[in-house]
Amino acid sequence: MAGVRGRLAPYLMILPGGLWLAAFFLVPIVLMVSLSLQTGNLIDGFQQTLHWRNYTDGLSTYGDKFVRSLWYGLVATVACIVIAYPAAYWIAFRGGRAKSTYLFLLLLPYFVSFILRTVSWKLVLTDNGPILGPLRDHGVLPEGFHVLDTGVAVVSGLAYNFLPFMVLPIYVALERIDPRVVEAAYDLYASRAQAFLRVILPLSLPGVFAGVIMTFVPVSSDYVNAEVLGGPQNTMIGNVIQTEYFNNSAYPTASALSFALMAILLVGIFAYARTLGTQDVLEAAGR
Amino acid sequence: MTTHTEARVTLTKTPRRRRVPRRFRISGLHLYTLALIGWLVLPIAIMILFGFNDTRSKQNFQWQGFTLRWYRHLFDKGDLTAAVVNSLTIALLSTLITTVIGTFAGLALGRYRFRGKGSTNLVLFMAISCPEIVMGASLLSMFVTFNLPRGYLTILLAHVMFSIAFVAVTVRARVVGLDPAVEEAAQDLGAGPWTRFRLVTLPMIMPGVLAGALLAFVLSIDDFVITNFTSGATVTFPLWIYGSTRTGTPPQVNVMGTLIFAVGVLIAVVSARRSARARR
Repeated sequence: MAGVRGRLAPYLMILPGGLWLAAFFLVPIVLMVSLSLQTGNLIDGFQQTLHWRNYTDGLSTYGDKFVRSLWYGLVATVACIVIAYPAAYWIAFRGGRAKSTYLFLLLLPYFVSFILRTVSWKLVLTDNGPILGPLRDHGVLPEGFHVLDTGVAVVSGLAYNFLPFMVLPIYVALERIDPRVVEAAYDLYASRAQAFLRVILPLSLPGVFAGVIMTFVPVSSDYVNAEVLGGPQNTMIGNVIQTEYFNNSAYPTASALSFALMAILLVGIFAYARTLGTQDVLEAAGR
Repeated sequence: MTTHTEARVTLTKTPRRRRVPRRFRISGLHLYTLALIGWLVLPIAIMILFGFNDTRSKQNFQWQGFTLRWYRHLFDKGDLTAAVVNSLTIALLSTLITTVIGTFAGLALGRYRFRGKGSTNLVLFMAISCPEIVMGASLLSMFVTFNLPRGYLTILLAHVMFSIAFVAVTVRARVVGLDPAVEEAAQDLGAGPWTRFRLVTLPMIMPGVLAGALLAFVLSIDDFVITNFTSGATVTFPLWIYGSTRTGTPPQVNVMGTLIFAVGVLIAVVSARRSARARR
């Protein structure tokens, strides 16, 4: 009896969570794929017609939005690496006893709601706002200077919002490096640049990979920053999906676009993981 | 004569300028880190500041003087208060449910080998890395297909869904690092499965469980995208702010944000202090 119960134990423990994820994560995605091939409208209902044109039409109509989303995602992710790495490096190697304090300070934005953070960032970028207003009045900025409603504003908002996702994995990877390895490099007459480029940087790359996975997906599928900071000219694919669902009730098209977005991002991630770090990346991302 | 020697003494002394003590020197990277923190904190500082702004118009982006008015009239906007209450209760309920379910899942994954473990791990990874908009959109597709009314309940279902994986993974990481001999010893001493779990396993994985619970709470109270797709007519704090961005965000939002920020920071600092003391 105890043996049977012992063997059943893991299944019983995994059951509630597994069922919940099956019912509200896997089944909805299957239903969304099914909906993406249907035709019809909200009033007459939708019928399954295996209408593949939802995909081809959607991709050809909104191809530019897909490209822009991936481009913004790429730029914001690279910006996050460049911005996050030096700080993560300093905290990991020179932070001393204040390490956790510095990390905590870097995570402070996370104590403010994502939307509110974005709205506050808009305030920073507003032409007559508390930052740019005085700067222009004192002649620091040229008269026609303008950030809001540009692609730069969107990318800056994305980088601002998702930076901690990049800082943390890089910090963890750097922090794990055995200081004796670095000392060994110096003992072997490596210059500071050589020690960094040939020892520290390669050892920290798994953290960068994990950071890329954790930032690129949410950044390129985000639509809040594009809507709040970008204005109508800089919309991303997320904005299209949202509009198709809520304003147009074009559920099949919206489903096709969402599934295409997920497919592109997931295939991209798996390809990326396979070429650059396979198991490590997946494990690091799971952590 | 004396002044001359004095001058010579000082002369010989000045070239050996005392070096600035190490702890007062600041390196370029240190400065950079501080600047980065400044950048990250700037919008928060503006949020807090503009909760004190004596604005007369609907827009709240020009400083017009200090006031405590918005703190006194914090609950004047009834629908905003209701939205904050919704956010808090949903976050609490979803944290409770998720922590229980997710902890057991994490225990199973960290401790046992069983059929389907690999695919469960894959589903967890997918749930963590899936774009939020896709989760929201697919849930909406399901609710549309089954004609389910959207509201408080569907938000709660969705929040538990997207938090489970995070709790499970956090607990799993803790379980993997544990020594199974401790539990075996408890069993040898006659402890039944429930006693063993309550008195041995649970206290050992508690840090992981608490971290997972905290994560679940933060994820829930902060979520906008998935909530937007599953909310129907129910409004949470992030949804309310989003709705207000078109007409002008009232200062009460800044005050609410400031208070939530302060409580969050307080909890984090206190719990960090506690765990630091426990480690000593």
